[in-house]
Amino acid sequence: MSGEEFVPLSLTPLLIGVFAAIACALPGNFLVLRKQALIGDAISHVVLPGIVVAFLITGTVATWPMMFGAAGAAIVAVALIEAIRRLGRIEPGAAMGVAFTSMFAAGVLLLEQSDTSTVHLDVEHALYGNLESLIWLDAMGWESLWDPVALAGLPPELIRMALTLVAVTAFVWLFWRPLKISTFDEGFARTMGMRTNLLGLALVVVAAIAAVAAFDAVGSIIVIAMFICPPAAARLMTNRLEMQIVWSVVFAIAAAVLGYFVAGFGPLWLGFGNAVSAAGMIATMSGMILALTAIFGPCRKRLGAPAV
Amino acid sequence: MTLELAANQGQAPAADAIETSPLAIRGMTVSYGQKPVVFSVDMTVVPGAMTAIVGPNGAGKSTLLKAALGIVKPLSGQVMVNGNALASQRQRIAYVPQRASVDWDFPTRVIDVVLMGLYRELGLLRRIRPHHRDKAMACLERVGMTEFAERQIGQLSGGQQQRVFLARALAQGADLYLLDEPFAGVDAATEKAIISVLKSLRDEGKTVVAVHHDLATVPEYFDRVFMINTRKVAEGTVAEAFTADNLDKTYGGRLVTGQIDQLDLAAG
Repeated sequence: MSGEEFVPLSLTPLLIGVFAAIACALPGNFLVLRKQALIGDAISHVVLPGIVVAFLITGTVATWPMMFGAAGAAIVAVALIEAIRRLGRIEPGAAMGVAFTSMFAAGVLLLEQSDTSTVHLDVEHALYGNLESLIWLDAMGWESLWDPVALAGLPPELIRMALTLVAVTAFVWLFWRPLKISTFDEGFARTMGMRTNLLGLALVVVAAIAAVAAFDAVGSIIVIAMFICPPAAARLMTNRLEMQIVWSVVFAIAAAVLGYFVAGFGPLWLGFGNAVSAAGMIATMSGMILALTAIFGPCRKRLGAPAV
Repeated sequence: MTLELAANQGQAPAADAIETSPLAIRGMTVSYGQKPVVFSVDMTVVPGAMTAIVGPNGAGKSTLLKAALGIVKPLSGQVMVNGNALASQRQRIAYVPQRASVDWDFPTRVIDVVLMGLYRELGLLRRIRPHHRDKAMACLERVGMTEFAERQIGQLSGGQQQRVFLARALAQGADLYLLDEPFAGVDAATEKAIISVLKSLRDEGKTVVAVHHDLATVPEYFDRVFMINTRKVAEGTVAEAFTADNLDKTYGGRLVTGQIDQLDLAAG
């Protein structure tokens, strides 16, 4: 593939996919170890109605309205869960299941009924993203990477995803020790004066920011695979958290790159006419990596007893 | 242990005990839901002594420790550490949680767990230097675990896990050690190793408080005893407080007379 073809059509979607995968995998490591992997699921469901409402109010799909919309939806979700739990006197897990799926369904209905023809926002997009459309039309080839005029035409989604990745990485780097200690032994972390509740909340907020930013790339549902699969596969490769993070990033990149190319060219190689969804293929690759590590990974066996 | 220290261990807390006690609890009530687990408990830990917290299952022993440390939020009550608020004294307290309270499959090595005890020194970003590592290794040596430093924690036996937790507490370099069931489910060799470390801490003038469930070893291991069954039953030296009468009050007749007879009780 020549640069003239690759740079405008494939480079930016590829980078956005890779950045999104890493930004989700980093907090995903801690979510998986804290046995909160399904928080990623919950976040992804709540994000959709928030983004749709933010669009209906502002008429754009810019970063800040989307972030505020998602945050607002999260607050509504928490209130709803609390109300269902108390009024229905049921366990929080059940209340969460009801609240998140209902809110997601409401988001889909709202999206279907609203006129979003002017922007990249529709039900399909919401479900599995729009990675292939995030192209860089101003690019002529590799030399455009040094051309300020062409660079000005980079898709804003790329900048947004790159900044999100920087922020997520900074969070994990800065709070590495508290995250590690409180994930392993929360009680002990508190006796050292760590605000473990606040840290846990910050982790969820960071994961939510990653989910919102990744919305363009992979939609609000497939993002779950990005939170869970690379970290879970990485855990099966090593017994050290530091190495687990490295593996999760490697797997995230591998899933994004393989997924993008297999989706774009795989069907052609097999003799079919059309490419398939890149986001869907990235999630499929993530799942396949997890399956392979589950069969062949060196650290598959649980070693220590679980917490009681 | 000096004679003076031995003598001090027998004394009742003085009037200004709150000012000098490494840990003074007043009017502590904790509840999970409707029923209080700990109700209006006062405790004055005596410095330089080893105190056992004893009581039946569900009597609030662990909860009392957790509330004192701010791990669980009490409904009411006051905690003073060396006469000051807890928040300003955290670096002087080391805590050993119940071994079963964490997932031992967590991807980390023994040495990394001990280094967690140095968090206050290391802070968020300071690099781990050779002298930090040496300190952690010295703590592992004290509990006889140096050869396991590079092991993944899930490969340890229960007793070894407990020793690692104790080594992490030693790394904190505190004056007051609070341990939650340090002898639960450990082998005899570990029990011996742990009690010898705790006694050496006491002999250095540090204070040790442990939730303990084996009544038979209380007189041998501890100087003082705190008996609780949701409410405080008794507090004092083993000689004063560890009596058949107090045991009966604490365990509410769940201990049969035969069991009490077998204990090496103070004349009471």
